[in-house]
Amino acid sequence: MSEGQHYHGSGTAEEARTSYGLMAEFSTPSALVEAARQAHKAGYRRMDGYSPFPIEELQEALGFRATRLPLLVLMGGLLGGTLGYTLAYWVSAVAYPLNIGGRPLHSTPAFVPVTFEMTILFAALSAVIGMIVLNGLPMLYHPVFNVERFRTASRDKFFLVIEASDPKFDPSATREFLATLGAHEVDNIAN
Amino acid sequence: MAGYEGAGRESPHEAMRDPATAVIAPGHTFATVTDQISAIVLTRRTPLGWILGFGIAFFITMLLLLAVTYLLVRGVGIWGINIPVAWGFAIINFVWWIGIGHAGTLISAILLLLRQEWRTSINRFAEAMTLFAVACAGLFPLLHVGRPWLAYWMLPYPNTMGVWPQFRSPLIMDVFAVTTYGTVSLLFWYVGLLPDLATLRDRARSAFGKVVYGIFALGWRGSARHWHRYETAYLLLAGLATPLVVSVHTVVSFDFAVSVLPGWHTTIFPPYFVAGAIYSGFAMVLCLTIPIRAYYGLGDFITMRHLDAMAKVMLATGLIVAYGYGMEGFIAWYAAEYYERFMMLNRITGPYWWGWAALVLTNVLIPQALWFRRVRRNVLTLFAVALVINVGMWLERFVIVVVSLHRDFLVSSWGMYYPTFWDWATFVGTIGLFLALLFLFIRFLPMISIFEMRTLLPDAAVKKEEGHH
Repeated sequence: MSEGQHYHGSGTAEEARTSYGLMAEFSTPSALVEAARQAHKAGYRRMDGYSPFPIEELQEALGFRATRLPLLVLMGGLLGGTLGYTLAYWVSAVAYPLNIGGRPLHSTPAFVPVTFEMTILFAALSAVIGMIVLNGLPMLYHPVFNVERFRTASRDKFFLVIEASDPKFDPSATREFLATLGAHEVDNIAN
Repeated sequence: MAGYEGAGRESPHEAMRDPATAVIAPGHTFATVTDQISAIVLTRRTPLGWILGFGIAFFITMLLLLAVTYLLVRGVGIWGINIPVAWGFAIINFVWWIGIGHAGTLISAILLLLRQEWRTSINRFAEAMTLFAVACAGLFPLLHVGRPWLAYWMLPYPNTMGVWPQFRSPLIMDVFAVTTYGTVSLLFWYVGLLPDLATLRDRARSAFGKVVYGIFALGWRGSARHWHRYETAYLLLAGLATPLVVSVHTVVSFDFAVSVLPGWHTTIFPPYFVAGAIYSGFAMVLCLTIPIRAYYGLGDFITMRHLDAMAKVMLATGLIVAYGYGMEGFIAWYAAEYYERFMMLNRITGPYWWGWAALVLTNVLIPQALWFRRVRRNVLTLFAVALVINVGMWLERFVIVVVSLHRDFLVSSWGMYYPTFWDWATFVGTIGLFLALLFLFIRFLPMISIFEMRTLLPDAAVKKEEGHH
């Protein structure tokens, strides 16, 4: 199929029912960011950009809100630290009190390393598990993988996907719109 | 990652114009970077050099298995340890290995926070090195306890014996520090690998490769939303790993410093152990990077700039370590404490004088060659100095552990320590295990972070004039 056919082929009713959305391909990060800005300006909201490396401007262009991840990590760290200190205190002063050179059973300085390590451990686990879960991973199947050329999203190409669930989405009008943004190719994503 | 925000963006691209300071050779694109790095993993034919190298490393690993099996059958008596030197090779090697690991965390976390974009092509490799070094380090205390199958007694868990670990002991702090360090290093490494695993999934030709890389990539698709959380998580991990790496060798130094033994009981230990750890770690990174870079033709990605920067870090941390040695001597004299002074004299003129002399030669004198640009910019001399430093840092731990223990307060309890064949077999065996794991890593995973290399290219910058007006 030539590029021309892609641009001018209007969506059928069948396509609209089974489509996840439309995928436009770009070859530079600048083109993708610019396209995302235009799409946001045109009123599209349910869309996502795909790139082989993180692009900070893209997140702004797509209009994302800040992530809750840092708060999660803070809570994980506080939980870990509390658990670490409580464990050390409870073991040393309550469950198994030992007189070590006449030092107090509640020997705060000696509990600091364990408290610290537990803080780091829990915060790091929260950061990684939080990132994976908030991202909805692991998700081995996703409609975007149905597009053959999407393999290059992990190599050197940049994609903008406008989802069919967007209220403003229309198979043919959106396709026309994406073509005006300078996309090399616009593909329908089978659901 | 450091290369696409604010001031960090300008530097790599300007630096590219000068071949002497380039962090990546000119002429590369997203596609060539991806193809060249992933080709090492995805090629069907395993290079002969790899088979040979892995074969040797595997053979040495078998020696480790033999030594460990014999140890489990006969007990720690097969080693040269006894009273007064109860901490022999096991603890020397533990501290040596864990110290080597520290460079990986330093490169991946601290240099990320400091926006040193040259870290990008060596961080993945250094993180793998950390992981394998921590694995080797962890073996030694487990074997040293004598009955490794009861090692879980060190963990705090409710048990029918009604006993709990002693939280005032640095040995228990060590259990927490090293397990946390191992876990966080693994997380950091895996999170860094995630986007590259997706690249391998998309580029693998064999069905098996697609499935295995696909499962470990968790379905990563490079979504902007995902990248945003990913970067947040990665930066937070770096921020957490930075104090962690400092704490780990500090806690290791507590194992010594909290005791009352002359030569161990000093407050200078934590900072000087941390500096020594980074020193030895960078030496190991260079010892591994220089041959691999030559063999796989990675000079475009690991440039002279990287080797030069690592040499400078070694020089700086080496000077801190030398200052530590000097300070130990000064305090032994200035404190006017009889046993402390004897320990220092015994270290220099006692039966292990050769250990101290070799230590000063390998760890203090020879590394001063790194002041010269010609030494830093020549891979052969740099490799030789790095190798010497690795030996020197091992000798440092030998001097600290053995020489301090063998003559303490009572002359009647003095003794000598002689390592046996099994001591050496276990030590050399872990080097084999370390190298075997590294060979497997190089063959099956991208040793350079592909997605971070893409961000260093000039094309990665979003042009400002195309933005909002």
